[in-house]
Formats: sequence, structure tokens, C-alpha cells
Amino acid sequence: MDAATIGHMLNTAFVFSTALILAALGGILSERSGIVNIGLEGLMTAGAFAAAVAAYKAQEAGYGGASPWIGVIAGAIFGVLFALIHAVATITFRADQVVSGIVINFIAGGSTLYLVKLLFEGAGETSLVNEVFHKVKIPLLSDIPIIGDGIFNAYPTTYLALILVGAIYYMLYKTAFGLRLRSVGEHPSAADTVGIKVLRMRYAAVLMSGVLAGIGGATIAMTTTGSFSHNTISGQGFIALAAVIFGKWNPLGAMGAALFFGFAQSINNVLQLFDFSSHVPSEFIYMLPYLLTILVLVGAVGRSRAPGALGEPYYQGKR
Amino acid sequence: MEQAKTVVEMRNITKRFPGIVANDNVNFKLRKGEIHALLGENGAGKSTLMNVLFGLYQPEEGEIFVNGQQVVIDGPNKAIKLGIGMVHQHFKLVHPFTVTENIILGSEPRKWMGLAVDKKQAYEKVDRLSKQYGLNVDPYAKIDEISVGMQQRVEILKTLYRGADILIFDEPTAVLTPQEIGELLVIMRNLVGQGKSIVLITHKLKEIMAIADSVTIVRRGKVIDSLPVAGTNPNQLAEKMVGREVSLKLDKKDAALGEPILEVDSLVVKGRQGLNALNETSFVLKRGEILGIAGVEGNGQSELIEALTGLRPVAGGSIKMAGAEIAGEKTRKISEAGISLIPEDRHKHGLVLDFPVRDNMVLETYYQPQFNKRGFLDYEAIGKHAERLVKDFDVRTPSIMTDARALSGGNQQKAIIAREVDKNPEVLIAAQPTRGLDVGAIEFIHKRLVEQRNMGKAVLLVSYELDEIMQLSDRIAVIYEGRIVGEVKPSETNDQELGLMMTDYKQKQGGAGSEQAD
Amino acid sequence: MNKLIKAFTKDSAIVPLVAILLGLIVGAIIMLIGGYDPILAYRSLLDTVFGNRYDFGETLTAITPLLFTGLAVAFAFRTGLFNIGAEGQYIMGMTGATVIGVAMNLPWYIHAPLAIVVGALVGGVWGMIAGYLKAARGVNEVITTIMLNWIALHLANYIVRRFLLEPGKGRSYMVDDSASVAIGWLSRFMDDARMHWGMVVALLGVIFFYYFLWRTKQGFELRVVGSNPDAANYAGISVNKGVVKAMFISGALAGLAGVFQVLGVFHNQVISAGHTGHGFDGIAVALLGGNNPLGVLLGAILFGVLSYGAAGVSFGADVPPEIIRIVIGSVIFFVAAPGIIRWLLKRVSGKKRKEEAI
Repeated sequence: MDAATIGHMLNTAFVFSTALILAALGGILSERSGIVNIGLEGLMTAGAFAAAVAAYKAQEAGYGGASPWIGVIAGAIFGVLFALIHAVATITFRADQVVSGIVINFIAGGSTLYLVKLLFEGAGETSLVNEVFHKVKIPLLSDIPIIGDGIFNAYPTTYLALILVGAIYYMLYKTAFGLRLRSVGEHPSAADTVGIKVLRMRYAAVLMSGVLAGIGGATIAMTTTGSFSHNTISGQGFIALAAVIFGKWNPLGAMGAALFFGFAQSINNVLQLFDFSSHVPSEFIYMLPYLLTILVLVGAVGRSRAPGALGEPYYQGKR
Repeated sequence: MEQAKTVVEMRNITKRFPGIVANDNVNFKLRKGEIHALLGENGAGKSTLMNVLFGLYQPEEGEIFVNGQQVVIDGPNKAIKLGIGMVHQHFKLVHPFTVTENIILGSEPRKWMGLAVDKKQAYEKVDRLSKQYGLNVDPYAKIDEISVGMQQRVEILKTLYRGADILIFDEPTAVLTPQEIGELLVIMRNLVGQGKSIVLITHKLKEIMAIADSVTIVRRGKVIDSLPVAGTNPNQLAEKMVGREVSLKLDKKDAALGEPILEVDSLVVKGRQGLNALNETSFVLKRGEILGIAGVEGNGQSELIEALTGLRPVAGGSIKMAGAEIAGEKTRKISEAGISLIPEDRHKHGLVLDFPVRDNMVLETYYQPQFNKRGFLDYEAIGKHAERLVKDFDVRTPSIMTDARALSGGNQQKAIIAREVDKNPEVLIAAQPTRGLDVGAIEFIHKRLVEQRNMGKAVLLVSYELDEIMQLSDRIAVIYEGRIVGEVKPSETNDQELGLMMTDYKQKQGGAGSEQAD
Repeated sequence: MNKLIKAFTKDSAIVPLVAILLGLIVGAIIMLIGGYDPILAYRSLLDTVFGNRYDFGETLTAITPLLFTGLAVAFAFRTGLFNIGAEGQYIMGMTGATVIGVAMNLPWYIHAPLAIVVGALVGGVWGMIAGYLKAARGVNEVITTIMLNWIALHLANYIVRRFLLEPGKGRSYMVDDSASVAIGWLSRFMDDARMHWGMVVALLGVIFFYYFLWRTKQGFELRVVGSNPDAANYAGISVNKGVVKAMFISGALAGLAGVFQVLGVFHNQVISAGHTGHGFDGIAVALLGGNNPLGVLLGAILFGVLSYGAAGVSFGADVPPEIIRIVIGSVIFFVAAPGIIRWLLKRVSGKKRKEEAI
């Protein structure tokens, strides 16, 4: 295998990973505040749908190169809308967080396809967007062998995701907001008694997770597929959830996990070119993220500790 | 002499919860620089009143004045702003966080235009406050790493950090050793000396006599009396608290000791972190006696109970029941061998709250032939059995089909005792059998335990309440760090001596600062 | 008998009923916004299901797997476990049945029962993995079962592709006739609807569910474990054994759903890119049915009717059939957040009271 191939594999890994990183960041924020979010898949679906539609409409209206960005913003907005359902159900009405997440996946899948058929005259897929993201080379850095090809020649959304990893890490561990957010997920009544608005913090976290997962979904529509159909998002949300756990609820860890999963995918794609797939069936590569997550939880790959109050509704005023 | 000025006045406070009036037209006054005890039984409404003052509950009626100004306290934030702080009974600490992070949480010092937390400034401020009030807390330690007594000081620091002048202590001594209690009382005196005012919520008369300046007694949501401590005595206070004359002494004839029934020898048990929770613990329990295990919570009591009942593996040593080895046996086998347990946490361990009383009565015996016909349960027989127990033990329940959840704490405990005593055990282990109960239920349960002993059964009483141990036991074994460090007769000892044993004075002679983290 | 009915209907039925109503209303509103006629749509749905023998038979066939997976989820739930993995257990049950059905050639009175038993066992073992991980390692079953769903999907695809593939087709060879559980005479009576014995077995499952949990010693143990595992330990009931046992039974029930889809409906197994959704629908059915056997039966009927009728909504009223997913999703949402329903009911009744006062 030569340097170009490795560079190419790295590059594809980042393409696959971008959406996972973004959605996993969303998952971290939500779960760090104490709200289980297995609705990431649904939030990504909503984001991908909204991005495909908005970018298509923007392109029609002559927005040109701004169209995919409009798509990303639309994806964020749709992600928030669905996250809001999750927030209202789990925080205000204290519904079971797992069930609510399932419902989000259910409704997001149904309603986006319903809307696609409504907007595109019965078609099962949105019309293809031509104005999608293109890879951007970073001057100088992209000239470094292997890494330059692999990392510094990527979609703008990949750079966005990497910046957000740093920003969210900083927010969680260095700012007062982050300290409060984590306290709400660990011991909400402790937070309550020092005057932190637990429910408000949780709303903020869940809505932010909608933004991030929505953008994550949008990046798939705006880079890989250029359209939205029933299988644009198929399992990425759950892989992102796996990345959250594999990364031990830490942004850097989740990024590492997402990159690893993306890399596994890209090996799979590259190996198929080389007819390696007869040795390692691709199905086993697909299983990898899920298997590893179970291994992490079993404790075979280091200890992990979930936020203390994860999954527990909080009754304000009833300590 | 001129009276000190009133810092808090609560007038005609009424707070209702569904089905209960927790505070009924309550008046309360706190003066500057005093320690004011709020005395009442469990559920009398004293914590509710202070939660109203701290803004955690909103009263339906009534007014609150702080420093003469009428105020509406709509949340802890407001209370904090008014200079009110609360040291909660169940500490409100985030365990993975450091001491400092816990203290600054919610009012963090900032840098970089408010963007980041100024940790350096935070550590310094916490350290300064800790020294000023003689609290001796390590600001860098994680909560997980420090003792319960230290954790309480972190709670105190939290209020001081927020500039509290009025401190509410909710049952602060429940988790402390007699020595730690002594240190806490010094700290409280120190705080009052520096101009703070303190409300002390408690049901312990001794503490009030030792430290409080005045006392307000609450019973069933109403204020019974408010008076200076100087002019009262424990008997008078107890009577006001309970509403009738109570004898602080239990009638108990001398023990008629029989042969040893439970022999524990060099028992070693691993605790939660893999360390030895029990370190070669040895003791003998005889028929016809109540053996009290005294000690501070977390010194191996839970592990001892779990090992004795087969809930936790035994790493070494032996447990002999009537001469037969039972160490490492399954819970059911041990139960059948004649050991019954009244568990410490009745909701978590003793009952299935969503099951009817009927099913709870056979939780340990459902599989036996009188209830189980070839794999199918005979609910008719189970029902009859439950009816009988409910009647015999005076469990107040609308019917045996009522869910256990709907019963009061005292009746839940009676149901458990009925079930355990009915198994006719040779050894009855009672862990914190009266925690959280009112005086009536406590008396009932104490009588039942003594009754078992009088019938020639052996009772092992594990309690963190020294008073309960002193009152019931025929013999006291003190447990410290998983070892029995001494055995005494209640008539030949006192709280101070027991307290020293509970903290193992032998190792401590000379060095007092054992609480220093790290 | 009275006692039996009481046990079935112990929990309030108001919340599910209001939830169904609200779900249908949400669907109607969305259809109105889209410019469709909701009345026509719902009528088309019912027409489709009850319009002729074929469609009615097919609806029964659609209900069967939902009943199995609903029972599976509810059974686990009664033991305090949230089995999100019915989907994976369904797939594994299906795969087990396919392997036996395709690879073996036996007399029918052995072949079909063997395929059924093997499928149920494989599904059960798949469920048991999550149970074991919870018991031995304390790993939350929600996450493991989610992960196991995906592993099952890819593993089943691998098995079909590698060992059972009929060349040139994206599916396995057809299952041997001797392993079929179709009921020929009934299918002919139902105008060739795919009728099979699975419905009967599923109904037996409902009865088993009740008797096992509420009448037997083992069921008592599982319910204690489910309601308060700590108390179970203190009472000498092994929580770990209970968890593993419950996940096995739950997995076997879900596996049977897959078994009968293969042996009774499709007679082959396809390589699939994604989940069928039967397992997830099982969660909905269990929730709607309040984890009671009779409730689960009613829930399965409702969702079966809605799902099968979705095609009619599309043909009859030109509404995208996904509207039914939205309806079902909304129904679960309202069941899962009963607070919303109580809040709504309070507002409605509160208003009434005010009007009366005036």
C-alpha cells in the first residue's frame, strides 16, 4: 500500500467521520445534562432532509455556492425542532427518555419521507442538489505527505466539526456553563440547591444536541449523497451513540471513536477495491462499532462512567 | 439586657402537600448570633419549614421577614441573595467534582470577560474561607476521596462562600461520630462567634441541651412551644415533641443467656472497592441476648450483614450457625437455617413496594410447599397467611391487596417484622430497625425485639444511633474499620467511651487531624 | 374468570385510548396541512383492512409478528428490562429458521417444528447475551440490545450471503416445503392471503404470558426481580438468573416473530440494508398495551391494522403511507408521556368546570 492510498483512506475516513463527530458531540451534550438521547438517528434524519430540501430550493432560487450552507442551517433548525419534542417529553413531562428517543426516530423517519413525497410529487427521494460542498485544500498544510492529503484537503464541514470538538471541550471543562451542565447531569438536586435552573440547563443541552445532530445529518446530504431518501441516514445515529459511549462522554474521546469508526469504513471501501473483502467480510466491518461499544461497556477496553443522573427525570421543587 | 435583633421571622406559614398539612400556621423567629434548635419527630414538618425559608418550597400562606424586610423567597437563588444558606442532611455534592468545584458551582469566579472559570482565584478563596473558620478542608480533593465529616464541611463552606449569615443545619449529626459531633459543635460556636445565626434541625435532645440557645418544638405541622434552652430539660422537651409522657427508659428484665448460636470467627469480606471491608471480625452471639453492633456508618456494618445473610461473598474466616458452617452459603439456605433479617433500607431491600401486602408477606417463603403446588402458586393459602400476619402484628392496611407503597413507614416496617419474625428464626438481625419512624412505632419495634430475646432467640442489632444501642443491647460490640475493637456492657460504659472506641482511639492518640484529606 | 379479566385490565385504559385518539388527530392535522382529506384517508384504511377476505387475512398476518414482538418487549419489561433488541432477536430467529428450512430436508412433522424451535432458541440466545452482560457485568441492556440489533442485521446478512444465497438473487434459497407452516385451506378460503399457524402460536403466547408471570413460582420470581431487584436479592431470589431467563424468554418470543415470517409468509430471507421495524413496533405495542397480555393483543391488532391499512391510505386517498408512521409514533409518544395527556385532560375538564360555574 503506498502513501497515496493511505492518504486517500485517511481522507475518506474524515468524510465518513464528520457526521458522526457532529452527532456524537450532540449526544455528549444531551447525556452530560442527564438526558439519554437515542434519538440521534432521527435528529440526523431530520437534518439531512431539511438540508437536501433547503439547499435544493436555494439552488433553484439562485443562491449558488451559498446553497449548501443554507442547507446546513436548515438542518440545524430541523434538528432543533425534533430535539424540542424530545426535550418537552422528557424534561417537562418526564417521559421515559429511551422511549422518547425511539419515538423521535420513528416520527423523524416517517414525517421526512411524508414531506419528501409531498414536496416532490410523490417521489421517494429529493431532487439532486448540484451545489454541494467541495473539498477545500488548506494552503501549505495540504502539501505535507499523507496527512496533507488525508486531513487538510477536506470538506468545510469537516473543519467545522473539528473546531466544534475543541469549542465544546472548552465549554464543558473550562466555562461556568460547562460546569453547571455537568453538575445537572451528575447530581441535579445539588445544582438546584445552588440556584442552577436544572430544567433550563437540560433544555439548552438537548436543543444544542438537536443543532449538532441536525448539522451532522446535513453534512451527509451536502457532501456524500446530494439528496435525501429513506436510507440517507441508516444507522449513523446509532454509530454516533456508540461513539459517545466508546469515547466515554468526552468530546475528544468521541472524536477519536468517530474517526476510528470512519477509518474502519474507509478501510472497508478501499479494501473492496483490492478485493480484500473475501478475507474480511464487509459485514464484519459494519459490525465493528457496535461490537466495540459492547466491549467498552463490558470493561474490556477500559472503564467508562456514565453521568450520574443519566436517564433520571428531575422534579423541580421536590428534592 | 436588650434582646438581639431578629434576623428571620416566619409568620403564619402554611404549607400543604397532597393529603397532608406539613406546616399549619407556623411562627418562627431567629435572633442574630443565636443557635436556634428546631425540634420535632420525623415528619413533624421541621424540614419543610426550613425548605420554605430556603425557597425550595413555596408556602400557601404566610409571610417571611429577613432583617425586618418582608420578602418572597421563590427559589434557592433568592434565599442565597438574602444571606441564607443550608447544610442539607443528604449532602448535595457532585462526587466526580473537586471540593472547590462544588463550592463555586452556581457562582463561579470568572476570567476572560466571563468566559472561563477562574480556578486559581476559586481555590484561593476556598482555602482562605476554610482557614478563617477552622474547617481544614483540602480545596483540591475530589469529593469521592474525603470522609463524610469533611463532606459536611464542604457543605458549610458552600454557604459561607455565598456570604450566608443565616445557616440552616438539617440533622447535621446523623452521620457523624461523637468526636466529629464535638468538632462540629465547636465549628458552629465559632460561626456564631463571627456573627452568623444558626438554625439547627434535629430530633436529638442531647444536642439541643449541649449547644442550642433556644428551641422551637414542632409536632404534626404545628408549633407547640418556643423557649430558651436554659430553662428546660430533656424530659420536658421530649414530652412536648411527642405530645405525651414518654419514658426514655425501656422496661427490660435481665438477659437469660443461653448457649452460643452464631459464632463469627476471623471473618474477612471484600468491600465495594475491593479492599477489605471486614478484617478478621470475630464475635459470638448467644441465645437470649441482644448484641448491639455500634459504630460509625461505613465501618463494615453493611458488609457484615450481607456476609451473614449470604448476600456478599466471604473471603476468609468462618460463620457458624448452631455449630454448622454457613459462610458462603446462598441467601435462601441461610434463611432456612434460621437467620432472619430486618434490612436497613426497607424500601430498597425489605419490600416490593408495587406488590400487594399479601405478596410481600411471602417474599422469602413463596416457594415452600404450603404456598407452591408443583410450580404454581396457591394464592388462597398465601392470602390466609397474610391476613393472619397483618392481624397479629397490627399492620394498618386497608386490605392485604393494598400495595405496600401505600402504607406508612411504620406499618411497612411492621409488615417486614411480621414476615421475618413469623419465620421463627433462631437469629434475628435488625439493621437500623427504627430509622425514620415516629416514637410510637419505635416503641412497638423495640418491644418486639426484646420479646424475641425473652423467648430465647438471639438478636443482632446493628444501629448507628448510639442511644438505640445503649437502650436495647445486653452487650455492645464496637466495630471500626471492619474489626471488632471492643466489647462492653451498656451499664458499664458511656457515650464518650463508646465514641472513642468507634474512632479507635488507640491509633489516634497524639494525632487529632485524622480527617486531613491525603 | 373474573379475576383473570381484572388482572388484564388493572391499569387504567384511559391513557392509551386518549393517546390513540390524539395520534389519529395529529395524523389528520398533518394530512390537512398537506392538503389531503383525512376522513377519506382513514376510511380508505378501514376499507382496505376489512374490504375483502384477502386483505383481512393479510392484516391478520401483519398482526402476528407484532403480537410476538409486543409480548417479547412486555415480558422483559415485567422483569424490569427494557428490551430494545426485539428487532435483533427477530432477525436471529428468522435466520435460525431459514438455516434449518433451507439446509435440511426432513419429514414435515419434524422439519417445521425443528425450524420453529431452533429459530426461537437462536432468538432467545441473542436476547440472553444482553441478559448475561447485564447480570455478569452490569451493562445496561438498552445500549447492548441496540448494538446487538445492528450486529444481528449484519451477521444475518453475512450468513445468508455466504451460505444460503440463491445465485443471482438478493435472498436465500426458498425454504423447503416440509418446513412451511402455511395453512393451505385457510389461505384458499382467504383468497390466497398468506395464512399460517403463527397466529395461533402467538395467541398461545398471550395465555402463556399471563399464566407464567402471575400464576407460577418462576413468574413470581421474575416479577419480584423486575419490580425491586434489591429486594429480590435479600429474599434469596437470584436476580442474575432471573435477568438471563427473562431475556431468553423475551428473545425467544421475538425470535418466533421472525420464524413465522420466514416459514409462513416469505419462505426465504433477504439480504437487508436496514431493519424491518417489527422489533421497534413491538416496543410500541407493549407500551400501548401497558405490558399486559391482553393490552398487548389489542395493541398489536391496532398497529397491525394501521400498518396494513397504510397502503390503502396511499391508494385510496393518495396520501403518502408514511403518515401512518407518524400516527403510530404520535400514539407511542402520548402513551410514553402520560403527563401530557393528564395535562390536556385537566385543561379540558377544568374548562368544563369553569363553564358550569358560570
